[in-house]
Amino acid sequence: MIEKGRQGRNVLLIAPTGGGKTLAGFLPSLIELAQRPPRNTPAGVHTLYISPLKALAVDIERNLATPIREMGLKIVAESRTGDTGEARKARQRLRPPDILLTTPEQLALFCAWEGAREYFADLSCVIIDEAHAMWPSKRGDLLALGLARLQLFAPRLRRVGLSATVDDPDLVRRWLGCGDPPPGDGGQSSAASKHTPPSGPAGHLPLQGEDRSSNVDLVLGVGGARPIVEVLVSGGKVPWAGHTAEHAMAEVYQLILEARTALVFVNTRFQAEFAFQELWKLNDAGLAIALHHGSLSAEQRRKVEAAMGRGEIRAVVCTSTLDMGIDWGDVDLVIQLAAPKGASRMVQRIGRANHRLDEPSRAVLVPASRFEMLECRAAADAILGGYLDGEPARTGALDVLAQHIMGCACSEPFALTDLYDEVRSAGPYADLSWEDFETVVDFVSTGGYALKAYDKFRRIVPGPDGLWRARNPQTIQRHRMNVGTIVTAATINVRIGGGRKPVGGRKVGEAEEGFFEQMKPGDTFIFAGQVWRFNSLVGTDAFVSPAPHDDPMLPSWGGSKFPLSTYLASRVRQMMHDEREWAALPADVQEWLGYQKRRSIIPDDNEMLLETFPRGKRFHLVCYPFDGRIAHTTLAMLLTRRLDRLGVGPLGFVANDYAVNIWSLKPMDGLDLDALFDEDMLGDDLEAWLEESFLMKRAFKACALIAGLIERRYPGEEKSGRQVTFSTDLIYDVLRRHQPDHLMLRCARSDAAAGLLDVARLGDMLARIKGRIRHAALDHVSPFAVPIMLEIGRERAPGDAAGEMILAEAEDELIAEAMA
Amino acid sequence: MTPFSLSACGGLRVTVADAPLVLRASGALWLEAERALIVADLHFEKGSSYAARFGQMLPPYDTRETLNRLEAEVTALSPARLVFLGDSFHDHQAEARLAAEDAARLAALARGRTLIWAVGNHDEDGPRDLPGDVVDELLIAGLRLRHEPAPGPQPGEVAGHLHPAARVSSGRASVRRRCFVTDGSRLILPAFGAYTGGLNILDKAFGGMFDSTPMAGALGSKRVHAVGWKSLRPD
Repeated sequence: MIEKGRQGRNVLLIAPTGGGKTLAGFLPSLIELAQRPPRNTPAGVHTLYISPLKALAVDIERNLATPIREMGLKIVAESRTGDTGEARKARQRLRPPDILLTTPEQLALFCAWEGAREYFADLSCVIIDEAHAMWPSKRGDLLALGLARLQLFAPRLRRVGLSATVDDPDLVRRWLGCGDPPPGDGGQSSAASKHTPPSGPAGHLPLQGEDRSSNVDLVLGVGGARPIVEVLVSGGKVPWAGHTAEHAMAEVYQLILEARTALVFVNTRFQAEFAFQELWKLNDAGLAIALHHGSLSAEQRRKVEAAMGRGEIRAVVCTSTLDMGIDWGDVDLVIQLAAPKGASRMVQRIGRANHRLDEPSRAVLVPASRFEMLECRAAADAILGGYLDGEPARTGALDVLAQHIMGCACSEPFALTDLYDEVRSAGPYADLSWEDFETVVDFVSTGGYALKAYDKFRRIVPGPDGLWRARNPQTIQRHRMNVGTIVTAATINVRIGGGRKPVGGRKVGEAEEGFFEQMKPGDTFIFAGQVWRFNSLVGTDAFVSPAPHDDPMLPSWGGSKFPLSTYLASRVRQMMHDEREWAALPADVQEWLGYQKRRSIIPDDNEMLLETFPRGKRFHLVCYPFDGRIAHTTLAMLLTRRLDRLGVGPLGFVANDYAVNIWSLKPMDGLDLDALFDEDMLGDDLEAWLEESFLMKRAFKACALIAGLIERRYPGEEKSGRQVTFSTDLIYDVLRRHQPDHLMLRCARSDAAAGLLDVARLGDMLARIKGRIRHAALDHVSPFAVPIMLEIGRERAPGDAAGEMILAEAEDELIAEAMA
Repeated sequence: MTPFSLSACGGLRVTVADAPLVLRASGALWLEAERALIVADLHFEKGSSYAARFGQMLPPYDTRETLNRLEAEVTALSPARLVFLGDSFHDHQAEARLAAEDAARLAALARGRTLIWAVGNHDEDGPRDLPGDVVDELLIAGLRLRHEPAPGPQPGEVAGHLHPAARVSSGRASVRRRCFVTDGSRLILPAFGAYTGGLNILDKAFGGMFDSTPMAGALGSKRVHAVGWKSLRPD
């Protein structure tokens, strides 16, 4: 690393946790700073460190202080996050620290600041920690654009990425690299061929994506000892269905008792609350078992982290909030309750145990159901074999670009062609076409509407010099208040307090907006590890009181929020088909597979099983693509539309990570299955369904917030004292009807297709099973179908039709009341 | 309780202070005998007001969206009188910001019928150039029509201003819709404009207005649903 630093090379360092990765990243900077000659003018920032977590930036600040002090170096290293006080921030602007530790959002704010160019003129190195977690996201897009800007201010800047082990390092290198090409190697991006802009200065043409990774050297850290991964089979039995692994709690507690410190990972907050509750019921030894998830207040989470740091805690039940972050040397066991859903995530989680290279980490996977048993086995094999889940390549999001362009205009005037070249030097935007760039600029300026209503209100305007700048200081101010790509669901503060007196209650945490929607005053629920009674909802505060002796009435936990990874899914299919692999499974799971073979079919690993059978008064169609809950839900939505058109009259469906179950009043044995599953369902059917879908509205809201079309809060709106909700759904509906090709709708569609619907994966699946559907027409339910039959009735019916039904029901009640 | 029945077009027939009314699924009020169509809180050019005040570029299509709905009602019913019950414009400059095409469509609505602009708190002076009569309030079929509901019980009053919305839940799901509110003595109309939000009718702003327990007429996609007070939920 030191050698690469001296040569001024960009580097991606990939190493497992515990290898001293962060220090390695800083070492060249520390050496350079220690050897720098004294100078008369005050120096600017030398090294910028960017972490995805505020807490990590602060922690690194502490960790750097020790070597700097011990070696007697005159180096100032300071953090700057959203929590940093205004006085300190102001001082940092006047007297920049040598090393500045911060987050991607703060970098975006810097980029929107008038003094950015001078402030970063001396920057020589930028270090990006946890790069694997940031690059495939909108946060990564924004960061890449910020890096391109920094490179402009400090052309000799070198980039250092620190990453955990990833499946394809080239994707991360491509993201990290800059498009500054070696002389004579610059090619115009082919996408811009039609409307080629006036060419920028030679040497500013970005590289094509393929070549980009070559300007980032790859350094591989020494691998640590192989982890020890076991799959826990509680009393030799695996339950049919479920998500909580309730059956195995006694053994989990025993494992905690035998370990020094254990991290107990689960996949959802509800599972965390549940497991925490169950473990405390068993906690006769009074072990310090804590809880950590995203709904708890920041203060509570920090308390747990601090107690962990002091070694006072024996176990923490946690969600992905602890997937990365500060090292805790004391952790010697990682337990995963319910299947991990992806091998890469599990490797990350296991890495949290024993941050010492010479000792193996130890992990225990606890499957919550029979299919999860297969999945845990597959995950354990993958971890031992070093196979990871692949990420698809990424194209930069245009809503993020819109935010960045506005930020650039806030900082200094820009020329369109220069900015276009700068943007394309960021990995995710290497292939951005001139048309798309112009569309985004028009959007930032006037909203990008076919109806030219806003020309006199433009947010950015070209001056007589041809350079674009922000309209006025108010525009700049408003942009700064809305920087960032993290869009969280509106939250409700959970406070202790009675119904009538909504004042002064202590805050217990935050819950998502919809959480209390379903509750009546008097209902009890688990939150933050305790049982509460819900009293009232006033504005954005929910008032609750402790109800320690009550049984919680609302045990509403669903499955994992992560879908089963493609790699694990293919392994599960293979394992199911290959009977030699069954030997590694517990007896009851083997028996289950055996029954399935006799009573139905076990498909080949390239086939999809589809079963039809009657049960009660209904007929069921169950298929098993093993492609994850999100792709399955999309498939189920589209299949029900088709079945409806065929006159089958589907009544409902349920989808999980492994299967889809649709039921109707008519039998579905005689359907043309190949036609039903034809890939053309991803055309018009998808389009028509998507436009009405609440998923699309959710995606639109996120894009509109990021791009600055709407703001998190409108000035004036709250002044009236009343909460007149002016929802983005109204804006969505109007825009969709009047300008369906608007940039924001394009962004929302692509986000919904990629993230919320997993359309790409569904497309791959439909191609994979084409002509390979194995149909078993049965006269009763099959062993494989039992788990998904048990999930019926747990799903909430989404969509507009359901809303109409609720209103109709309320009317029936009223009529009944009137007739009484 | 207020008696109600469903009309053929999905509207809800109710009687307010002895006047028979139809609450339409569009959010408009129809007085069949008088051939009068009444809509409240159109808030034309609300979208562009954000651009003018804050530089927020919301889709500038709310006015034509509202006009589309309004024209559909006018075509369906051919009213002799069309009443805008206040806050027809979102702010004082809104009329000047109207796209020429939208202004022409709005003027066309006054052709062959009486167009009446009752003024509201957002548009105290009424329109400058558009045709129609400007009034503070008016009487039709013994009902007093005005923008802002007066405090305390007001038998025979029809008003807008509050943008009422109802939240109804069932089991694990809930739905929130704009709504009419009436106790058979007075009536509050939902906001008709495309970008108008709603205020939950359990809010204290609705307190003290009704003598007897009111009911809500929640706007469904094709019909109005009568919802009893007990089925309502706060936001």
